[in-house]
Amino acid sequence: MKKVTYRYHISKVLVFSLAILLLSSFSLVAQGDAGKGKALFNQNCAACHALGRKMTGPALANVETRLSENEGLDREWLYKWIKNSPGMIKSGDSYANKIYAEYNQAAMTAFPTLSNEDIDNILAYTAAAPAPVVAEVAAVSGVADDSKSSGVSNEIVLGALALIFALLVFMLVSVKKTLRRVLVANSVDIESEYPAGLPVWKAFAKNQFLVLVTVILLLLGSAYFAYGWMMQVGVDQGYEPIQPIHYSHRIHAGDNKIECKYCHSSARKSKHSGIPSLNVCMNCHKSIYEVAPSTLAEGKQYGIDYNEEIDKLYAAVGWDEEEQKYTGESEPVKWIRIHNLPDFAYFNHSQHVEVGQIECQTCHGPVEEMEIMYQYSPLTMGWCVNCHRETKVKTEGNAYYTKIHEELSKKYGVESLTAAQMGGLECGKCHY
Amino acid sequence: MASNKKYWKSEAELNPNDSIVEALKQNEFIEDIPVDEFLGDKEVLESSSTNRRDFLKYVGFSTAAASLAACEGPVVKSIPYVVAPENIVPGVANYYATTIANGFDFASILIKTREGRPIKVENNKEAKVAGGANARVQASVLSLYDSTRLQGPMANNEPVEWSVIDNAVKAKLGSGKKVVFLTQTYASPSTSRMMKDLKTMYPNVSHVVYDPISEEAALSAFENRYGERALADYNFENAEIIVSFGADFLGDWQGGGYDSGYSKGRVPKNGKMSRHVQFESNMSLTGANADKRVPLTPQFQKIALAYLYAKLSGGSSVGEIPSNAKTVLDGLVGQIRNNKEGTVVVSGIDNLEVQTVVLAINEMLNSKAFDSKAPRYSRQGNIEELRQLISDMKSGKVDALVIDGVDPMYSLPNADDFKEGIDKVGLSVVSTTNWNETAALANYTVAANHYLESWGDVQIKKGHYSLMQPTIRELFDTRQIQTSILKWMSSSLSYYEYIKETWNTSILNGSDFNKAIQDGVFVSDGKEMLLNADESADSVTAMPTTVEENDSDDAVVESKEAASELLVSTAVRNLASSRSESGMELVLYSKVGMGDGQQANNPWLQEFPDPITRVSWGNYVTVSKADAESLGFENWNVANGGMNGSVARLTVNGTVVENVPVIVQPGQAKGSIGLSFGYGKKEGIKSEMQTGVNAFRLYDGFNNIQDVKVEKMNGEYEFACVQLHKTMMGRGDIIKETTLEIFNTKNHAEWNHVPQVSLDHQEVPATSVSLWDDFDRSIGHHFNMSIDLNACTGCGACVIACHAENNVPVVGKEEVRKSRDMHWLRIDRYYSSEDSFEADNSKKNNFEGLSGDNGSLGGFGELEDPAANPQVAFQPVMCQHCNHAPCETVCPVAATSHGRQGQNQMAYNRCVGTRYCANNCPYKVRRFNWFLYNNNDEFDFHMNNDLGKMVVNPDVNVRSRGVIEKCSMCIQKTQKTILDAKRDGRVIKDGEFQTACSSACNNGAIVFGDINDSDSEIVKLKEDDRMYHLLEHVGTKPNVFYQVKVRNTTEA
Repeated sequence: MKKVTYRYHISKVLVFSLAILLLSSFSLVAQGDAGKGKALFNQNCAACHALGRKMTGPALANVETRLSENEGLDREWLYKWIKNSPGMIKSGDSYANKIYAEYNQAAMTAFPTLSNEDIDNILAYTAAAPAPVVAEVAAVSGVADDSKSSGVSNEIVLGALALIFALLVFMLVSVKKTLRRVLVANSVDIESEYPAGLPVWKAFAKNQFLVLVTVILLLLGSAYFAYGWMMQVGVDQGYEPIQPIHYSHRIHAGDNKIECKYCHSSARKSKHSGIPSLNVCMNCHKSIYEVAPSTLAEGKQYGIDYNEEIDKLYAAVGWDEEEQKYTGESEPVKWIRIHNLPDFAYFNHSQHVEVGQIECQTCHGPVEEMEIMYQYSPLTMGWCVNCHRETKVKTEGNAYYTKIHEELSKKYGVESLTAAQMGGLECGKCHY
Repeated sequence: MASNKKYWKSEAELNPNDSIVEALKQNEFIEDIPVDEFLGDKEVLESSSTNRRDFLKYVGFSTAAASLAACEGPVVKSIPYVVAPENIVPGVANYYATTIANGFDFASILIKTREGRPIKVENNKEAKVAGGANARVQASVLSLYDSTRLQGPMANNEPVEWSVIDNAVKAKLGSGKKVVFLTQTYASPSTSRMMKDLKTMYPNVSHVVYDPISEEAALSAFENRYGERALADYNFENAEIIVSFGADFLGDWQGGGYDSGYSKGRVPKNGKMSRHVQFESNMSLTGANADKRVPLTPQFQKIALAYLYAKLSGGSSVGEIPSNAKTVLDGLVGQIRNNKEGTVVVSGIDNLEVQTVVLAINEMLNSKAFDSKAPRYSRQGNIEELRQLISDMKSGKVDALVIDGVDPMYSLPNADDFKEGIDKVGLSVVSTTNWNETAALANYTVAANHYLESWGDVQIKKGHYSLMQPTIRELFDTRQIQTSILKWMSSSLSYYEYIKETWNTSILNGSDFNKAIQDGVFVSDGKEMLLNADESADSVTAMPTTVEENDSDDAVVESKEAASELLVSTAVRNLASSRSESGMELVLYSKVGMGDGQQANNPWLQEFPDPITRVSWGNYVTVSKADAESLGFENWNVANGGMNGSVARLTVNGTVVENVPVIVQPGQAKGSIGLSFGYGKKEGIKSEMQTGVNAFRLYDGFNNIQDVKVEKMNGEYEFACVQLHKTMMGRGDIIKETTLEIFNTKNHAEWNHVPQVSLDHQEVPATSVSLWDDFDRSIGHHFNMSIDLNACTGCGACVIACHAENNVPVVGKEEVRKSRDMHWLRIDRYYSSEDSFEADNSKKNNFEGLSGDNGSLGGFGELEDPAANPQVAFQPVMCQHCNHAPCETVCPVAATSHGRQGQNQMAYNRCVGTRYCANNCPYKVRRFNWFLYNNNDEFDFHMNNDLGKMVVNPDVNVRSRGVIEKCSMCIQKTQKTILDAKRDGRVIKDGEFQTACSSACNNGAIVFGDINDSDSEIVKLKEDDRMYHLLEHVGTKPNVFYQVKVRNTTEA
């Protein structure tokens, strides 16, 4: 069970009140609808701009104020710039060219479709501070609190029960003692249930049949457990190592619904599914430099600050966030491999994923729910073989299978063939 | 005919009293487990303080400790790329076309890389010339990962900065004093251009090309006749009659690479195949493949050549040749007269006159197989210039010497002169991949790239260009010589840019450079600028003048022709009077497994058994049986199955080489002995690989034929010879062969007889009876392999390819000697006496009188002495993948089982090592891992260091100790082909299925395919009249079949 403490609560309250304060102070200044502006911003601008930091383009928080105060540029300039920035650069506008040079001559996309009103809304959003999502956070932490309290009460109940039973035993023993003392005092003879001199275990030992049966039962029992114990040697089901970067499949594959094979692309054509190289991460994380506050709050449950994890990625790939460029000093990430097949077993992802069209989750489990990746399946030979016995081969529309399917299904008298019937149980298919 | 010939693998088998041979026939495993050694020695047992109880305690403790230690699983790390290269998908192989040109081997090849590591060499099927990788080229990928490679530039054994060497060389170049580049043959247009540029920039530079194994005579003869220093090219596919005087053209003769064309002409088509007559002294690979082989010492070969020339040109001949050779030659002359254009004559004798006469004969015959217009450039060495260089060095005229790709201190016969000279040279720089004898004397050592790390280009044959591209970044701080030269010329170009410039300006003629790199080869239409080795700079200028003469003055041409006629007739006269002085001639040769010894540190090649003698790990002198008897040499087999032999002292012109092991070689011409180059290296190579003796010391005057004195020495040598191992002798029809005449005229039942067995007292074909129920094999794929004994030359490229593909371990000399070699694919070599038993009988009946040609005295002697001139047959044997496999039924743990696709599968992780299967295998193809051959301190081969392990194929398991392994029919490759087809959703075409051996076989001897694909080539081969199975009467129904060997014995 994940433990969540109360220590963040005070800071959350502070953030909340501060946010409300800020919101009320700025919303008076800006014209336009900050809510609509946010939607437009995320749709059009967020790929290259952030509010509080430099990305491909400059930080946009209070951009209007900044421009008018520092550069003496008004909103009209902004309209023109946003609608046709390349034109502005060409026309020789001094600030336009300055900013163009400053950001590696990456010209901003022109947005002629945005109306002045839209731009007003966006500017209103940039002038406003991001609305915090405290309510949601509180709700989440509330749930966590409930589970926490119930956990504590369970322990207390159990402890109390144990105590009561101990007391009961103690009382019974003392009652018996007292009764005995009373009997002795009254000089009553206490009759033993068993003949004197022959304890139970001796009687038991004398009965050879009973001994034999017990021994056999014991042996069988221990063999059962020994077998069970031996069979899990080398089976790492549930293996859940701590990785150098806390990567959450829950967020990527679950919340964001990123296709598995977007990152694990080699699963389509290779025997390896492949751990994505860091340049694949950077496809998105070049612009996603921090997580949403709600996600950040989720991370708190696991004791993880996701933003720090993103920073680890940047350090590994050598991305200088300030300068928005690669430093060239990279440090490969040493992931801990979870699924380890022994060397003598050959497994090919593309065979299963591409040809067999098997979902990744069939073997890897509900990855989209896994905060920390773990080994879902036992990866034993019995597990492989079972699946080969049960799984029908996807032969439709694959010219390779046309002939063999026709002949084999006739031979076996079935509609569709299992992998086993195709020869998928032969030793040499996986061991060579 | 087919079945009544007596085959033998070793001479010892001809001795009926040899108990060891008998034992070897019966036993799969030569040695018992040495329990008696331990338990039988009572004293040791009693004096031992360890009693039984202690022993059990230790065993118990170690078992418990081992299981406890095993409880905690290891943490496996996976480290992905930071930025993944676009074209690398982990787990998927990439192929790159490149070219090997190391001065000895020239071939256009493909390199298979996995995750950026080159792991295998494949043939480049796009290449029309030299597209086949021989055994050495196949093995060259392992030399890339040689742990003894130089890892950076050095000065006097100490690491040094590149700039130090660069400055030193630049200073010498600019000094105006004589600077000489002594290099291998590059045959590279770009390097030639670079040398020219260098000479223009620094006129004090000269370039000397040196081939360790020289083709001086052939080059000079060609130059004299055609004005260009090159080698005539031959296409044996077009030859119907091949006459060879000591030319091992299936080996390394004149650069090699002729076997593919030869094999194409050897498979009977429409009742026709080429006829090959070989006159030679050593039993060479080529002689072993000949239809008629006449053992003849070199002096008689010369006379025989003169005789042939005289007969063909209608002149008279002088000189005596042995009668058997004369008979053969007379028969040949008749055949040649009927088919002049279909005849080709070649010779491997290093003699200007011989080579001149050979060219004259081929030109006179107007041979279809002879090509002097587009010659080969794979040898460029110039002995005259080399001699001049050494004398200049000795007189102190050479101020700086840069050596690349050659090791003169090892490979020069007069290495002492060279040493004396190099001491007087102001600056000596050696560019080499490995530390060697010459590097030990030089001031600076330039660590050079392996060819798989280099850029380059080669013109192997005129108009046929190949490109070399790096398949991996330099593993160490190394630099190829061309890069160095560009630096020394202060050029800003990289060698890649330089090559591109050369190609775009003078070769491609508008074609795309990237396309040429992708293909690896480019054939020009002949309009390009002539750009071969820089020596040809002279010949380029010489050529047009000849043309002018042709145009202007016919008389000059005539006089020139007359002059060459005169030259030839003088040559013939000289040849006819050839004499050997001491009576014993030494013929130096190179082995297919070692060549000139550049890769002596390659364990695959060291362990590769020579195709003829089946000896690995070392060289030896081959002696005929008759000479061995008179000189007192012997070979004998010892109890563990190993072979021992006498040792000899060889003296050539005062140079003595001692402790040379002696092999009694059937077929060696009496009066001659043979010794191979490439061995006896000492500097810079692992102690295990320091095998054999250095034959270059006897290479006096760069002549492969020497007068020699042979003496017996005290001592004996232990060979690692596999010829008696895994023998199938005495088990019926292993080799089936027939003659072309019988093949053409008789029904196949006669010459390819199916063995009969008795069923209900009826004789029926063995193939029709079975103890077992048949599997249904009609659905899906069913793999078969065909091996054509006619096309197989025994070259062994498949053996090394199998090694590389299947991670077969190297076991070392001692283990090979104990019969523990691990080759999954072996090439059995069988000798048979010249004639069939029938022919022997008729020979006996035809004896006339006591002496004379048909005399019974000599005649019976010949009959009793089959070792004098045996016929040879090569037979590649791998697991036969029996449909009724004897191994499968005896495995107690079902570790070996049968697949529906015809493969006999081996699950290593299931095997407990009882070795029942190996005992029950009639073909002796199962190999047992006696030790853990990887990560084992007892062995020091490639699987025991991190670098060498990079060659391991990740798709195939590395086997552990105590399990049996064997050929899997490359199931990893067939599975890959199937998966690719499934992924693309298409039907598999014929030819897509390949095994390592079938794709390595450039001769078309090994064909692999699916017999359920009725249009495939394998089906046609299976229905061929020549098809037979090994040991058919055993009833194993193998999935590998062979094609009966047909010999063209047409005499007239």
